[in-house]
This record gives sequence, structure tokens and C-alpha cells, in this order.
Amino acid sequence: MNSFSKMAKPYILWAAFFIVFPMLLVMFYAFTQTGGDVAKFSFTLKHFIKFFTEKAFLEVLFLSFRIALITTLLCIIIGYPMAYFISRQDEKIQTLLILLITIPMWINLLVRTYAWIGILQDTGLINTFLESIGLPKIKLIYTDFAVILGMVYNFLPFMVIQIYTSLSKMDKSLLQASEDLGATPFQTFRKVVFPLSIPGVIAGITLVFLPAISTFVIPQFLGGGQYVMLGTLVETQFLKAGEWHFGSAISTIMAVIIIASMYITKKLDKEAGER
Amino acid sequence: MKKIFQKSYIALLLLFCYAPIIYMIVFSFNDSRSLTKFAGFSLRWYNEVLNSNEMMKAIYYTFFIAIVATVVATIVGTITAIGLSKSKKIVRDIVLEVNNLPMLNPDIVTAISLMLLFITVLGSGSKLFGLVTMLLAHIMFCIPYVILSILPKLRQLDSNLAEAALDLGATPWQALMKVIVPQIIPGIISGALVAFTMSVDDFVISYFVTGNGVRNVSIQVYTMSKRVNPSINAISTLMIAIITIVLIIINVIPLLKERRLKSN
Repeated sequence: MNSFSKMAKPYILWAAFFIVFPMLLVMFYAFTQTGGDVAKFSFTLKHFIKFFTEKAFLEVLFLSFRIALITTLLCIIIGYPMAYFISRQDEKIQTLLILLITIPMWINLLVRTYAWIGILQDTGLINTFLESIGLPKIKLIYTDFAVILGMVYNFLPFMVIQIYTSLSKMDKSLLQASEDLGATPFQTFRKVVFPLSIPGVIAGITLVFLPAISTFVIPQFLGGGQYVMLGTLVETQFLKAGEWHFGSAISTIMAVIIIASMYITKKLDKEAGER
Repeated sequence: MKKIFQKSYIALLLLFCYAPIIYMIVFSFNDSRSLTKFAGFSLRWYNEVLNSNEMMKAIYYTFFIAIVATVVATIVGTITAIGLSKSKKIVRDIVLEVNNLPMLNPDIVTAISLMLLFITVLGSGSKLFGLVTMLLAHIMFCIPYVILSILPKLRQLDSNLAEAALDLGATPWQALMKVIVPQIIPGIISGALVAFTMSVDDFVISYFVTGNGVRNVSIQVYTMSKRVNPSINAISTLMIAIITIVLIIINVIPLLKERRLKSN
């Protein structure tokens, strides 16, 4: 049997070179600066200090957190009823509905986001409609609203599918038991269904919050050139400003945020499981 | 009453999911530049896409990279998953932990880490930037998904079967191809499918590791999106059509096979 375990070896080498080494490179750049001599690196914390002390960068951090949190909350508020209602349909319809929710995810995020530009523009679908019925135009594109809308639109399916999965795995006899014991439908939901679906909600939160805090396409398309979030900041540091060290430091901070939130959700998940 | 409310909520949200896509498809057939006024049916934007060397090349690169990356990632992922399932627990845990990194990390962090790797190893002006770097990057982020979709299938597998095959005189290769692989085919197929869509969909990683003017459709759309350009609607609709056809084929083939098996 041991001959089979050798089959994993090539990938171990590959992963060391293509996954671990590049991450180490990012950290190396984050903690160094290039000194007077070319190709001479010296240790420094100045990129991190710069990020956490300059107002402009802190604002980017807070904006990213705020937008990602609002997006995640909205996805739960909109997505939970959706998942719950789907789980109450006939089984064949359930499969069809989940398929319908999944299909847009096969389409490129860039394309899905671009489609919203035409709708939200000052001369776009919504404003043309408002004008035609005699209402004043409203500024939609290049606002927080547009960015959050784009994010909810792109990431909502993740939430719905995660919650739906946990709801549909639920033992139906529990619901009957609760009903037989005299609980009202609302009580059954609050005391039985909702607690059992928490792992799904938590999984959904990670799948929405993480891409939301790091995306740079959505803020760029729907927030405009002035709308800077963490992802946008990394992109400008690398591709426009040429500040690799500072860009690497921001990436390291992002990776830490992600790993920390994964750790927290895992812990929450465990606690929910123990209850 | 309750049922009607539930159904209309579902319908409304589905409308929200599909409206922008339908809007885009409709306006890809628009006769004017406008994204709001439909001036009549025309194929002019499709003509523009088909006649544009750049856009056709982008479509070609997207699928070339997706197919090669999927094939390589599926083969490597399958071999690795089988190997890991027979490895010591500690080795398996460490490799899986590392394997998770590209999936957990934001795309942009993976992207810059690979960009730094390629620049360090190849030098910043290398001719290999473009197709080669993109292929390597796509293979790199596709393998983890393949491994992850095959491992659960291997766990369900009765390990005695492979041993029985070996005891009965099968070579390890025969045991692998005739006993193990046929039982994990569903996992391999779903892994390959995820890898393929991840590759076609990717923008961020490709954008950072490409060079020498090589663009996939995502990068092409991103570059064109700086100003209003209805050919984006056309090229996007084309991509949606291709993906839909691929999905239908993949879903229909097993059904046809089943039917043939039944009729035999």
C-alpha cells in the first residue's frame, strides 16, 4: 500500500514551490525595504507603521470593513428567507430553484458587474425610467449604494446555497415533533429550525465577507476611480505605484484578517455544534 | 396566502439575479451604441467581436488555458488525492492545510504572491510572461479544488478492495486503474468541472501574472470597460452561450450513457 502514498510526493514539491514559497516572498517584501545599494534588503516595520498611522490608509481599511459587513448582513437578511422558502417547496422544484441560483455564478464576475453599469448610470435604465415618469434623476453609480448592490448581487448565491444546504439536511421529524408538542410554527422556527441552520449561516458569512473585503473589480466598476478599498489599494501599489514592499505589507494584513476571521467562524461553528 | 408570498419572494429574487444578465444579452443585439435605448435588432457588435483579432485571441486563450489547466490539474489532483489517502495522517493534514491556502486567501493575495514568484524566478522582462505564467498560475489554483472534491470519495472507498486486487496478483497500476479510479470517477468529474469554471472565470490572478500582451476574456473586458463599448455585451453573451453549451453537454452525456446502459 505504501507504493500509493508516494503518489502525493510530486505535489508536495509543487505546493512548496507554488504555494508556500510565494507566500513567504510576500512576507519577505512586507518586512523589508530596498536600501541604498541595489538588491540589498534590510528589515523594517515601516510599511506596517505607515498603513496603521496614515489617515488615508486607515480610512480605506474602515471603508472595506464597513462595506463588507453591510454586504454580509444584507446577504443574510435577503438570503435566509430565500433559502428557507426554497426548502419548503416540492423536492423537484427545490433542485430546479437551486440550479437557477447557481447558473449566474458560472458567469464571470467581471461580466456580471459590468452589466450593472448600464442599469445604474446617470443615463442608464433606472434613471431613464424615472425621467420618463416625470421623477427627478438620482445619483446611483459611483456611490456606496452601487458598490454594496454589486457585492450583494455577486455574493448572495453563496449565502443562499449554504443556508439551503443546512436547512435541507435537517431531520424533518424534528419539525413534526416540535409541532406535535404544541409549538406554533414561529416557535418551531425560532427554537428548532434557526439554531440548526446556524452552521450554514456561518459558512455563508465566510463565503460572502472574504471576497467582499478583498475584491477590487466591484469598487472599480461601480464605485469609480476614486473609490478605494483594500483590494484596489494593493492593485495600485503593485501595478501603478511600483511600491511592492508596501503592497506586500497590505496583502499580509489582508491575509491575517482572513485567517483571523476563518479562525473566529470556525470557533463559532464549533460552539453552535456543541449547543 | 403564505404560499403566494413565498413564491413571489423567490420569483422576485430570481428576477434580481437574472435581470442584469438578460439586459446585457438584449443590448448585445442593439443597433446603436446606447446602453439604454434599443434602436433595433442587429448583429453589428458580434461582427465587431468576430472581426477583432484581439477579442478572438482572448477567447482562444481563455479556453486554451482552461482546457490545459483542467486536464493537468485533474490528473495531478487525482494522483495526489490517492496518494494522500494512503499517506500518514500528519503528512496528509499538513498538505491539506497548505492546499487550503489558495482557496482561503483572497485572489489578490494569491495573485501578487505568484507575480512576485515569477518575477523572482524568471526576471521581470522574461518572454515567458503571458501564456506560460498564466498556465502555471491556473494549474496552481485549480489543483486544490480537484483534490478537495476527490478526497471525500476516497474516504468512502473500501480500502480492502485495492488490497484484494493486489493479493490476487494485480500490479499496483492495475489496482489503481481498475479498482480505485473507476470508483472515484464522480469526484474526478466534479473536480474537473470546478477547475474548468474557476479557470474560465478568473480575472484577478491572470491580470497580475500575465505579460507580453497575452489576455484572456476577463482581462480583455477589463481593458475595454474603461469606456462605453457595446462589444463587451456581445463578447460576454458569447461566453455565456459557450459555457451554457458546455454545461448542457456535461449534464446530458451521463444521462445518455445511463440510457444506453439500461437499453443494453
